[in-house]
Amino acid sequence: MKNIIVYCEITEEQHVADVSLELLSKGRKLADDIQAKLEAVVIGSDLQHIEKEIYPFGIDTIYLFDDARLFPYRTLPHASIVINLFREITPEIALFGATSVGRDLAPRIASALRCGLTADCTSLEIGSYEDKDKTFDQLLYQIRPAFGGNIIATIVNPETRPQMATVREGVMKKEVFNADYQGQVKKMNLENYLGKDDFQVEILERQIEPQKVNIKGSQIIVAGGYGVGSKENFKLLQELAEVLGGEVGATRAAVDAGFIEHERQIGQTGVTVRPKLYIACGISGAVQHRAGMDQSAKIISINNDVEAPINAIADYVIVGDVMDVVPKMIKMYKKHAK
Amino acid sequence: MSFRIIVLAKQVPDTRNVGKDAMKEDGTVNRAALPAIFNPEDLNALELALRIKDSIKDAEIQIVTMGPFRAAEIIRESIFRGADGGFLITDRKFAGSDTLATSYALSLAVEKLRPFDLVIAGRQAIDGDTAQVGPQTAEKLNLPQITYTEDVIAVDEKSITLKRRLERGIEIVKTSYPAMITVHSSAPECRPRNVKRMMKFKHARTVHELQDENKDYTELRNRCPYLDIPEWTVADLNADEVRLGLSGSPTKVKKIDNVVLAHKDSVSLTNSESEIEALMKELIDTHIVG
Ligand SMILES: Cc1cc2nc3c(=O)[nH]c(=O)nc-3n(C[C@H](O)[C@H](O)[C@H](O)COP(=O)(O)OP(=O)(O)OC[C@H]3O[C@@H](n4cnc5c(N)ncnc54)[C@H](O)[C@@H]3O)c2cc1C
Ligand SMILES: Nc1ncnc2c1ncn2[C@@H]1O[C@H](COP(=O)(O)O)[C@@H](O)[C@H]1O
Repeated sequence: MKNIIVYCEITEEQHVADVSLELLSKGRKLADDIQAKLEAVVIGSDLQHIEKEIYPFGIDTIYLFDDARLFPYRTLPHASIVINLFREITPEIALFGATSVGRDLAPRIASALRCGLTADCTSLEIGSYEDKDKTFDQLLYQIRPAFGGNIIATIVNPETRPQMATVREGVMKKEVFNADYQGQVKKMNLENYLGKDDFQVEILERQIEPQKVNIKGSQIIVAGGYGVGSKENFKLLQELAEVLGGEVGATRAAVDAGFIEHERQIGQTGVTVRPKLYIACGISGAVQHRAGMDQSAKIISINNDVEAPINAIADYVIVGDVMDVVPKMIKMYKKHAK
Repeated sequence: MSFRIIVLAKQVPDTRNVGKDAMKEDGTVNRAALPAIFNPEDLNALELALRIKDSIKDAEIQIVTMGPFRAAEIIRESIFRGADGGFLITDRKFAGSDTLATSYALSLAVEKLRPFDLVIAGRQAIDGDTAQVGPQTAEKLNLPQITYTEDVIAVDEKSITLKRRLERGIEIVKTSYPAMITVHSSAPECRPRNVKRMMKFKHARTVHELQDENKDYTELRNRCPYLDIPEWTVADLNADEVRLGLSGSPTKVKKIDNVVLAHKDSVSLTNSESEIEALMKELIDTHIVG
């Protein structure tokens, strides 16, 4: 039977990271589509009972590597484990979070196994592919906005296995498959998987802060783009967000211009959000940005250009200057709020 | 020289100025249609290398770049800013390489420059944002990798201690040599060109650039051999052609869709107080806010 495997990242708090749970949810669906098993590889320290956390996502096999040296994450031991495990179990598909860990690890594995890897996918589907006179069925479509932004590319790896992809946190939905689902845990013997000199890089110190901004969890987002114009002007968006009980988000152009910190970037290479209300201020609506917000329930666009692409997906379009409109919104909200 | 640093730098299309004709039919990038720039994080990588060179006696920096003939500009620019020299990997057979094939070619070039102590790359190139080539090249060279580097904490001939930038904090790590480092945009900005070096290396050229310019620099180059920027082809690298270009790239573009905007029926408002008042009232009444 074919298998799909998810590399489960372990957080500072010794839980499986949200992004991995999201990938397990997606992995379960893909596994059903191609009649495969869903498997997980979990590597860390003190992981007793971790299986209980993830079984409900529909996992059939967990490969567990539990050793004090395996947390915090270091490239070489994790890479050796995953490479050797994949050689053994030859997964059909392997999914990784597009996090600082996943994006450090996945390319190393793809290189060793000489297989394809697509970064930052915004959608994963199963489909077929024709090349000359060959047809490949049940391939993984790795879909992502590509170059320049006017296009969406569908990438496939017809010949090599596993088919590997990374996906950012928030892109896939986290859904429990079956609360009582139970697979099996395989406690693995680490020594059979490590390479020599895998602990060459020493971690001398770590300073990891609890997550500061959580725009992903916010129901209301006031997002600013390059059109907001300055760091100063962003304060006005902050004010609107505060009044409405939301968070401020931004486009990459605004982040690059130094108007606001990177943590608030929304889009293909930022966070993906699905709030009740998304207020896009001075945002043109490039596909990489929309990839992170087009699932919002209601979208308001404030733009002085009627033709801005974002307007096409907005429920309300306010044609005007951000610095004009936002103060009025604040004023009118205050007037009517109960 | 006793300490060799190799910097991997790429010339990229300036994705901030993308036009409509940016993609070719086969799904690859039409580089000719775009202005070409030094990949921003590769400049951070160069600066990191220069700082290491500043603190180690007899260190040298060599640039390796793979691309079309005009990518030699990257090498010249690096030399102006303090690199000692560079190599242009160029051959039609590299065209269409994905990150796996690219890292294969780069790793062969780095192999040719052994012995080396450090290989330094940018975290990612802005044309694809994959951040894969650094780790893949490290794997092929069997090097440990330190990704997302922000600063050098300490360095000597035996080991280097670096600060890494993670999503929620930092990590200080130490490694011996040889090793691969990839550099994050939060690392120090690259120093500007050095005027003296610009004068000295103004005429540094590859063979193809010389031919293009139709000028006879022979005499000058005989006098100043350091003005030669070597080009390496597939043959020079002894590369296995099957592992290059489209054939060496396991990822295939199945299709490219133009983005069709799912048009919503949007309500259009002016920025008059009354219309905005009505909108805010509606949002409150429908419990979307408040
Ligand atoms: C590989 C890759 C990944 C990317 N990932 C992301 C990502 O994750 N997130 C992201 O956001 N982008 C991403 N981008 C960048 C993206 O392509 C766009 O460049 C970016 O989203 C544009 O940001 P913007 O809308 O703020 O700026 P612009 O496109 O410059 O738009 C500014 C808008 O503001 C309007 N405006 C100007 N002045 C005013 C005013 N006074 N009042 C009202 N409106 C005004 C203008 O009409 C315009 O519509 C990525 C690009 C690449 C190549
Ligand atoms: N063609 C190339 N020539 C030289 N270096 C490259 C090339 N492609 C990628 N790199 C290096 O690898 C890094 C990551 O690239 P990428 O994986 O394409 O995002 C870049 O910042 C460069 O340092």
